[in-house]
Amino acid sequence: MIDTALPQNAVKAPAPAAGAAPAFIETRNLSLYYGPTRALANITFQIREKRVTAFIGPSGCGKSTLLRCFNRMNDLIDNVRTEGTVHIAGHDINGRAVDVIELRKRVGMVFQRSNPFPKSIYENIAYALRIQGAKRGSELDGVVETSLRRAALWDEVKDRLHSSALSLSGGQQQRLCIARAIAIRPEIILMDEPASALDPIATAKIEELILELKRDFTIVIVTHNMQQAARISDFTAFFYLGELIEYDRTGRIFTQPGRKQTEDYVTGRFG
Amino acid sequence: MNGPSYRSFQTGRFDYASFFFTGFTGLATFLIVATLGVILANVLFNGWSGLSLRFIMGGTEKDMFDVNHAGVLPMVVGTSARVILMTIFVIPVGVITAIYLTEYAHSQAFFTRMIRGAVNNLAGVPSIVFGLFGLGFFINFIGRNMDAILHPAGAEPVWGKPAIIWASLTLAVMALPVVIVATEESLRAIPQGMREASMALGATKLETILQIVLPQALPGIMTGGILAISRAAGEVAPLLFTGAAYYMARLPDSLTDQFMDLGYHVFILSTQSPNIEKTRPILYATVVVLLLLTFALNIVAILIRAQMRRKLRLLA
Repeated sequence: MIDTALPQNAVKAPAPAAGAAPAFIETRNLSLYYGPTRALANITFQIREKRVTAFIGPSGCGKSTLLRCFNRMNDLIDNVRTEGTVHIAGHDINGRAVDVIELRKRVGMVFQRSNPFPKSIYENIAYALRIQGAKRGSELDGVVETSLRRAALWDEVKDRLHSSALSLSGGQQQRLCIARAIAIRPEIILMDEPASALDPIATAKIEELILELKRDFTIVIVTHNMQQAARISDFTAFFYLGELIEYDRTGRIFTQPGRKQTEDYVTGRFG
Repeated sequence: MNGPSYRSFQTGRFDYASFFFTGFTGLATFLIVATLGVILANVLFNGWSGLSLRFIMGGTEKDMFDVNHAGVLPMVVGTSARVILMTIFVIPVGVITAIYLTEYAHSQAFFTRMIRGAVNNLAGVPSIVFGLFGLGFFINFIGRNMDAILHPAGAEPVWGKPAIIWASLTLAVMALPVVIVATEESLRAIPQGMREASMALGATKLETILQIVLPQALPGIMTGGILAISRAAGEVAPLLFTGAAYYMARLPDSLTDQFMDLGYHVFILSTQSPNIEKTRPILYATVVVLLLLTFALNIVAILIRAQMRRKLRLLA
């Protein structure tokens, strides 16, 4: 069990004073158990619309697990049990009436390891569109192009749309996964360490893209890279041992953290 | 490359253990290959001369123990038909079972473990037992009940007697574990990330399985099919009670017909001939045909699999 490090709810995670953006994702007393092991403990906080929110913390602190609560990917794992609530745009996403398929269409996800399907570049995006019911070829063509353009990949692949997605470089594959995720026009994009397997140039491209995308999407990103969090996010949440230790505007987290543990982590003294 | 020197890198002494173990494993491999080689050489050497167009294309109405008249066409047709029918039955059932076990069932649940155990035990059941099972279940239970419903006035059984469909179904049950295990392995080899990527786009589990998982698993499923064909083509025991005929004057033309079978015919030629010396060349030639047919069916399946792999690679 991991509920030893801190007293329960040691920090009332503040709703950071943050301009006008309304709360979009809101968790209340969210706890999650893998079998008997508690991976998330009483997480209560709010994520704002059309901002980039970064989750940081050492490995195993529950940040990816929390991310996967927002599109209910944890449903796919046996023996997972959650307590508390997650509301997105005012709806309880664990509610009985919620269609999880519909939820996942509104909350897209990009994974740590780029995972394009073993299909052509075009078909990777067309698959996402077809399961939404798109049928007409011309309609598909347009959205495929727009999505690739928005993922800053179009110019690199426009001459080989029908060659294999696996022939792309790692960074291109990840941008294809982003194109695939935005093709179905979600409201939120969850990114689970999207650049951790990429070289610095590919990483820079992804970061640039994230800053571009936040105009239209609410982005939640898990990262191990402190500089990355500082560069691209508006808000940063620091997790440790399944608890939310501190949550504030990114500038404050990195310059005047409210808690010793946060300071130790962002300055690299532990982690 | 100089090959292994069998000298210890540190002490420079001769390493007897390595030397003998290398020799031992090599010897074991040689014995297997040599045994196979002797069998094939013997069969081909003695049987090749007996092959002729007349032998392969003829043989319904002539004396089957006479070198000058015997032919294997009915048996080639019967064996091919039962293997192909068996494949058609076993692949869907085996694949669907494997999909349930890997994609839907909780892998550690008692029920799932019981099914897995049952599948593995099924693989260990002697084939003659499958023959008796086919007689009892398919012919006496299903076939007779079908007759009772479909042909209530008929005096002659239509379904409730040995037939190629029951023989094929019996073989399918026997080959089921092979297909299930091969399919399960190929499904498990597909990274979980593929399923998550699809589900995260809002695909249902069914869409994910049909459009993402199964296309990637097809070559593995074909491997299961190939193993099933190999297992079933040479089997005789399950056919004895379920459909193989000692002699038939015509080729089977319906699912309810009996059929002549190459493997069974080899048994007949070697035990029932009035003059074993006169029958021996036919016996060898029949065995050659059986081997060639099994190889041919396998090669067709392997070519289909290679084609699928190539397609996947082009797209993958």
